[in-house]
Amino acid sequence: MANDNPQDKDHLNPHPEKPGEAQRTGQSDPTLEQWTGATSAPQPAPPAGQPPAEASPSLPASDKKAGATPLKPEEAATPKPAAQGHAAPAKPAGPAIQPWSGEIVERLQARFGSGIRGANTYLGQNYFVVDPSVAYQVLALMHDEEEFDYLVDVTAVHYPDREQPFEVVWILYSFSRNQRVRVKASYGENQAAPSVVSLWVTANWLEREVFDMFGVRFDGHPDMRRILLPEEWQGHPLRKDYGIIQQDQQWVKINLGIESGQ
Amino acid sequence: MQQFLNYLNSTQTPGETGNFAWATIYILIIFGGISVAVIAMNWLERKVLAHMQVRLGPMRVGPHGLLQPIADALKLLIKEDIMPAEADRLMFWMAPVIVVITAFTVFIVIPFGPTHAVTDMNIGVLFMLGVSSLGVLGIIMAGWASNSHYPLLGALRSSSQMVSYEIAMGMAVISAILMTTLTADGAGTLSMIQIVQAQDKQQMWFLFRMFPFGFLAFFIFAIAMVAETNRAPFDLPEAESELVAGFHTEYSGFRWSLFFLAEYAAMLAVSSIAVTLWMGGWMRPFSHWLAGDTWDAFFSFFPAATFFLLFVVALAGTVRMPKHAAFKIQKAGLGAFALVLGGIGVLLLIPPVKDRIQDIYWFVAKVSVFMYAYIWYRGTFPRYRFDQLMKLGWKVMIPVGIAVLIVVAAAPAFNFVW
Amino acid sequence: MADDTKSRTAHLDLDTPESQIETYMHRRAAPAREEETYLDANELVLNMGPQHPSTHGVLRVILKLDGEKVLGTECIIGYLHRGVEKIAENRTYTMFNPYVDRMDYVAAVSNGLGYCEAVEKLLNIEAPPRAQYIRVILAELNRLASHMLWLGTHALDIGAITPLFYTFRDREEILKIFEKYCGARLTTHAFRIGGCQYETYEGFEQDVIKFCKFVRPKIDEYETLLTTNRIWVERTRGVGVISAADAIDFGVTGPVLRASGVKWDLRKAQPYAAYKNFEFDIPIGQNGDTYDRYIVRIAEMHQSLRIIEQAVGAIPEGPIMGKVPKVMKPPVGEIYHSIEAPKGELGYFIVSDGSTQPYRVRVRPPSFVNLQALDKMVRGALVADVVAVIGTIDIVLGEVDR
Repeated sequence: MANDNPQDKDHLNPHPEKPGEAQRTGQSDPTLEQWTGATSAPQPAPPAGQPPAEASPSLPASDKKAGATPLKPEEAATPKPAAQGHAAPAKPAGPAIQPWSGEIVERLQARFGSGIRGANTYLGQNYFVVDPSVAYQVLALMHDEEEFDYLVDVTAVHYPDREQPFEVVWILYSFSRNQRVRVKASYGENQAAPSVVSLWVTANWLEREVFDMFGVRFDGHPDMRRILLPEEWQGHPLRKDYGIIQQDQQWVKINLGIESGQ
Repeated sequence: MQQFLNYLNSTQTPGETGNFAWATIYILIIFGGISVAVIAMNWLERKVLAHMQVRLGPMRVGPHGLLQPIADALKLLIKEDIMPAEADRLMFWMAPVIVVITAFTVFIVIPFGPTHAVTDMNIGVLFMLGVSSLGVLGIIMAGWASNSHYPLLGALRSSSQMVSYEIAMGMAVISAILMTTLTADGAGTLSMIQIVQAQDKQQMWFLFRMFPFGFLAFFIFAIAMVAETNRAPFDLPEAESELVAGFHTEYSGFRWSLFFLAEYAAMLAVSSIAVTLWMGGWMRPFSHWLAGDTWDAFFSFFPAATFFLLFVVALAGTVRMPKHAAFKIQKAGLGAFALVLGGIGVLLLIPPVKDRIQDIYWFVAKVSVFMYAYIWYRGTFPRYRFDQLMKLGWKVMIPVGIAVLIVVAAAPAFNFVW
Repeated sequence: MADDTKSRTAHLDLDTPESQIETYMHRRAAPAREEETYLDANELVLNMGPQHPSTHGVLRVILKLDGEKVLGTECIIGYLHRGVEKIAENRTYTMFNPYVDRMDYVAAVSNGLGYCEAVEKLLNIEAPPRAQYIRVILAELNRLASHMLWLGTHALDIGAITPLFYTFRDREEILKIFEKYCGARLTTHAFRIGGCQYETYEGFEQDVIKFCKFVRPKIDEYETLLTTNRIWVERTRGVGVISAADAIDFGVTGPVLRASGVKWDLRKAQPYAAYKNFEFDIPIGQNGDTYDRYIVRIAEMHQSLRIIEQAVGAIPEGPIMGKVPKVMKPPVGEIYHSIEAPKGELGYFIVSDGSTQPYRVRVRPPSFVNLQALDKMVRGALVADVVAVIGTIDIVLGEVDR
């Protein structure tokens, strides 16, 4: 093993980093400054025999992935159309959101026009942002015509500040294309998302879980009940306004009759 | 008193002579013996199964867990006796009693030797079949009285299983009975003792008679008896992974232990019947092939030799016990146990005991082969599914049983016997 | 939430969802063959679990029975729900790492691998090759451990009690390697974001090679007990059949999908870690029944051994930890990354708001999705088949409920 230095085997601090990182600070992304800033803290000197990670010949430059070094923006500017799934990004994957253009996008845009609000690529992963009113049609089209025959997941993200706070995310996969696409649509507090149980049976439990955790109802679901939590549970835990501490304090007060110390 | 002791030289069973005192003594001996055998089986099953499964089994209570069954029995006795609130109290109470009574009653007709049976009924086999099939009544009562779904399903499974396999078992038994007519005098019998004597007269176990038909009948019986006693791979009524514990799910403590006792007693009973019908009962192996006084003398040392072997094994265990103060008591206990075994071995060398123990020894030895097979099955086979069990019973066992029966019945009519 | 669903959805221009739903209901209805409908039967409702020997934890299945025949099932889950996704939102990326081990606790390494890779992608970094190789070796060892535990418990469900002890004996050797590597046996927390925390210990390669040599005959030993065992074959063949089309429709992944004849494995389809460097096959079945799933998993154990043997001889030199910022603040964005866990596709959907804590972590658990196909697989079968099918889906309730 190259890593012979006993100090380095001290697992509390396993990765000596080189100050030579500073070249990255020229990058435009603010978060990168953040993380190179962190590396400027005093570090133990690297052991003599060990090459720094970036300069290591064992980290091949031929590796298709961008590796630990984010590439320059101009290299990342030409995303491959209809890029393959995230694990085979032949193109450089910059941390910026790129527009996604491909046959699917064209077909969908021709069909739904402004219903497709965006088609983007981030870190080699493609997603659509669609109008909530056409979400079902888009998904049906993806299922019936574009061979996205496997619904990987249905989930949601809560953005309380937005006008339509619940962003429902459908993750689709096509066996024939070996391609993964996300479809996202935002719904309001009292709006129901369309159920896709009629397209993929697997959506049944997944939608129930979204309902359980976020309170997003799915219109047309055969059995819209809570799935993980008991029926009489109050609130929907994964909403941002559902605090763990408050919940704990409430429970302690009701069940133990004392004030929670938390 | 002298008259009382004279019975030991009698050639008849106490039941036949109406000797109630001796009949009672026999019943007590059998009851005690079965209970001890169940305890021993409990320990043996755990140890043998454990060693098949690369583990040690009980090791803590007594040396090599020898006292484990006793500790378990005590635990069961002092455990809280729970009766479900919705249970049918009378039936819930009666079910284990019926199961135990039927399991033990069968032993009345089982001959451990020419005179070593409580009684020799001339319809012994019928009695055995009738009583042993009564046991299912207790199981159904247990399942019904528990007023719970798992026991109910277990009881239903048990009843249909027993009814199906009872038929196959009956076919096999009849073919064995038919073989008793092959003796010189041509008289058939249903008496258990005379069945063994018929094998003696024909100088052949029915297992090998009219080979392979005797063997086939035995094979059917051997499978049916596993199903009849609800043991793996036919343990559907108490299938742990499906029905939790089947018909005795709601039973605990002493009542549960009665079911346990009955199961093992029933295993011993059917094994004894198999031994009686096909394996020559109390006859020693090769009693005609290796006949003569020399061979008799040779085989008469087997009981003592067995106990000496056990003595050596126990002694080796004592010697190999770790040399640590904590093992002192265990070491002493195992040493004492070895000495007891050795003492029994010496006792079996004393001539009157040596002669009288022969029959019982060979009978028990044959039964223990079956008991070992029971454990072996349990360690090896997955469990049959209900419909497959039924299919096996009705579509394989019964037709084969009938075929064997026809051949065994028809062949002598054409003077074609082998 | 408003009560009236209709009024809330009135403005939605949904094509013809009603008819679609009817199609779905029609598809979902039990096989309506005449001879299988019992109109005059008294149905029995059997409540299996949450305390039951063979529901693998706290799964509760409500069975509607006619005699022993299953007319329908309903799974009640959530008894082990710990709110893992909510916890993630209240922890930093690093702090959440140990929590993922508690989901599929028999394959903790795979959970950690998926999470670490997902966060690495979000940070746009990559673990060094040496770490990738170590990850592959440990993940495959863990796949073996998971499959062994599955085999033992599955055989126990079907009534064969002995294989359980054999598989646990051999799984012990894997856990010993884990223990020597990272000090933990079950919830290992073996990986860190950006690589591995621990360098391999002295003699790691020898231990792994020794284990591979040791375990091959053992797998054959399980096969001698089961593969050609008449009762085993009868109990598993034709039980819990799910066709390839149905399996895809139900989103079933992992060995269950492959046993139905779909040759799909994320290690090949979308290689992660160092999997593209290794040769291995994807074993598939044909009938999609319990027996095929058994055969597929046994074959997968052999393939895992192949991968381990290739990897252990070729661990590259170099660092084990990539360049990771001390304070992890991934740029605003979201990522979905999935790996082939022993039970199927294990995915992490992570949304970052640029802070040190994930804005949302969604775990796509394979057991949860696979369990949904239980109803399809056991309808019309017997009670004994239900436990066989629950076993063959290979669920871990910690992952189903999260």
